[in-house]
Amino acid sequence: MSFLNYLVSGLSLGSVYAIIALGYTMVYGIAKMLNFAHGDVIMVGAYVCFFAFTRYGLNPFISVILAMLVCTCLGIVIEKLAYKPLRAAPSLAVLITAIGVSYLLQNLALLFWSSNPKVFNSIIPNKSLDLGGLTVSYITLFTIAVCIVIMIVLTTFINKTKLGKAMRAVSEDKGAAQLMGIDVNTTISVTFAIGSGLAAIAGVLLCSAYPNLTPTTGSMPGIKAFTAAVFGGIGSIPGAFLGGLMLGVIENLAKAYISTQISDAIVFGVLIIVLLVKPAGLLGKRAQEKV
Amino acid sequence: MNMKKFFAIFLAAMMIFSLAACSGGSTEPAQPADGGESEGAVTIKIGATGPLTGGAAIYGQAVKNGAEIAVEEVNAMGGIQFEFNMQDDTHDPEKAENAYNALVDWGMDMMMGTVTSAPAEVTSADAYADRYFFLTPSASSTNVIDGKDNVFQMCFTDPNQGTGSATYISEKNLGSKIAIIWKNDDSYSTGIRNTFVEQAAALGLEIVTEETFTEATKTDFSVQISKCQEAGADLVFLPMYYEPASLILNQANAVGYAPTWFGVDGMDGILTMEGFDTSLAEGVIVLTPYSADDSSALNQNFVKKYQDKFGEVPNQFAADGYDCIYAMYKAATEAGIDPASMDHSAICDAMVAKFTSMTFDGLTGASMTWGKDGTVSKLPNAVVIQNGVYVGM
Repeated sequence: MSFLNYLVSGLSLGSVYAIIALGYTMVYGIAKMLNFAHGDVIMVGAYVCFFAFTRYGLNPFISVILAMLVCTCLGIVIEKLAYKPLRAAPSLAVLITAIGVSYLLQNLALLFWSSNPKVFNSIIPNKSLDLGGLTVSYITLFTIAVCIVIMIVLTTFINKTKLGKAMRAVSEDKGAAQLMGIDVNTTISVTFAIGSGLAAIAGVLLCSAYPNLTPTTGSMPGIKAFTAAVFGGIGSIPGAFLGGLMLGVIENLAKAYISTQISDAIVFGVLIIVLLVKPAGLLGKRAQEKV
Repeated sequence: MNMKKFFAIFLAAMMIFSLAACSGGSTEPAQPADGGESEGAVTIKIGATGPLTGGAAIYGQAVKNGAEIAVEEVNAMGGIQFEFNMQDDTHDPEKAENAYNALVDWGMDMMMGTVTSAPAEVTSADAYADRYFFLTPSASSTNVIDGKDNVFQMCFTDPNQGTGSATYISEKNLGSKIAIIWKNDDSYSTGIRNTFVEQAAALGLEIVTEETFTEATKTDFSVQISKCQEAGADLVFLPMYYEPASLILNQANAVGYAPTWFGVDGMDGILTMEGFDTSLAEGVIVLTPYSADDSSALNQNFVKKYQDKFGEVPNQFAADGYDCIYAMYKAATEAGIDPASMDHSAICDAMVAKFTSMTFDGLTGASMTWGKDGTVSKLPNAVVIQNGVYVGM
């Protein structure tokens, strides 16, 4: 298989990381907290879509919308119950709570849906485009397209709308934003709602590309996507996209040309080097602290 | 203030919920069959642990179902009566420790092992220290039996599966260029791969490439598959559980790569995954000592009862569970075990002496014998998947 083919399979893995990383980075960028439960919201989204689409045979489009609605509500509930009471607490407390929420979601999923793996039927036909020896599956093209659309919509939303302006203000200084009459709590809730809606889309695309669905499906891709977000510069939306794609490509090229046994060591080695050279990540901005 | 109250109520609700979840997980001790409790009848309490929930539940449930059928049959015969109590360990060594202690408190006389290897390493060490007779249906790691005179296996050890697979491939001439995809952070997969490679070298089989994956990289196999394809492999050996194997089959199908796939006992269960397209597994060969389509009267009776009771075709784990109960029944009857006059340590010694000298015919093999090291000796067999069911080769 040629270099190009390995590149394409890396892009298809990377596009899945990228779409998960978008949710991570957006919540971090605005609420300044690492939502480690993001990967598990993805899993819930995938289950909702699985039941709607595979079990009850609903239209794929309606299934995805349903999954987004459920995840959006879930995101708001999690934020209200677990994170909001800790708004004034040290960030470490919130981080630990997020890990707790992650385990809670996994175990609830185990209780409700059991551990037996389910095979997710792709919402996109499982076919490939043949470009003279180079095969690209539809799901890869679709995932990259969805990533780009989400990226553009999110950037526009944050930069052009009033709510987006409020988000940027909250991100910069919560106290000052409140003094300017911005409802900080609502703004953060909306951020979580959007992040969780994105998680539902990511879950559906993750399981369409790699069709095994279990209660722990979201956790490992979640951690990889978090790595991708840090790689690209956490808080930066184009950075998450770039970081995700690069992580997938490096992982697959390392597997192909060096060894499958040490591919992870190589991926994280590259991450360490990038962070040594650019501590804020590839596209991250270095925040200037005023003392 | 209001928020705080809400949070407190939420936490309290969570606590109640988790308590409910805990109590839901433990199984009630099985009651002996009504008719069997005649005056002076010998009743033996058999404890077991296995994953009844969690990622490996499919194995634990199958063992439990198979064992329950055997216990019913044994109790109906009117001789020794069995009480069977299986605790959930969720394939977690720590929970297995708790499950084992619960069984000791219940007053078990002997143990029908732990279903999966990692927790079985813990419970078998306890059973060795406390002197409980221990027979595992399916924990195949050598760490489970090493250095423990009272621990026996119904299944092949991991090294045996690797050796058996290589021998089978060579004898039946299934492939000339062999590739292996294995999980290099998993002792089950690594153990089988190591002995497979050794035996393949001894038999002159050509291994063209070896590809690995880990827990963190078990989603995308496109590179591994295309490297097997490039190396010209006509048989790919998959010593792993069915979950990653199902993804490999799916992704290989997407790129049109169709070698002979060869799996071991972890592949068992792939056909019953919800939503799995069984046509992807067409032609997959699985090394297993058991196939449900075996025409013997013993097996036909078992398959029929299993289907009537649980609505599915039994797999190898169910057959292992069934065989374990019968092997214990045979040894206990012949050794004249009676918990009324013997403590568990005396029972253990008598059972060990019987186990190393008897021959047992079961579903998973005829004329099985056990060595002093706890390994079973029986002929390996292979089945091939055709039209979504196992067919003997």
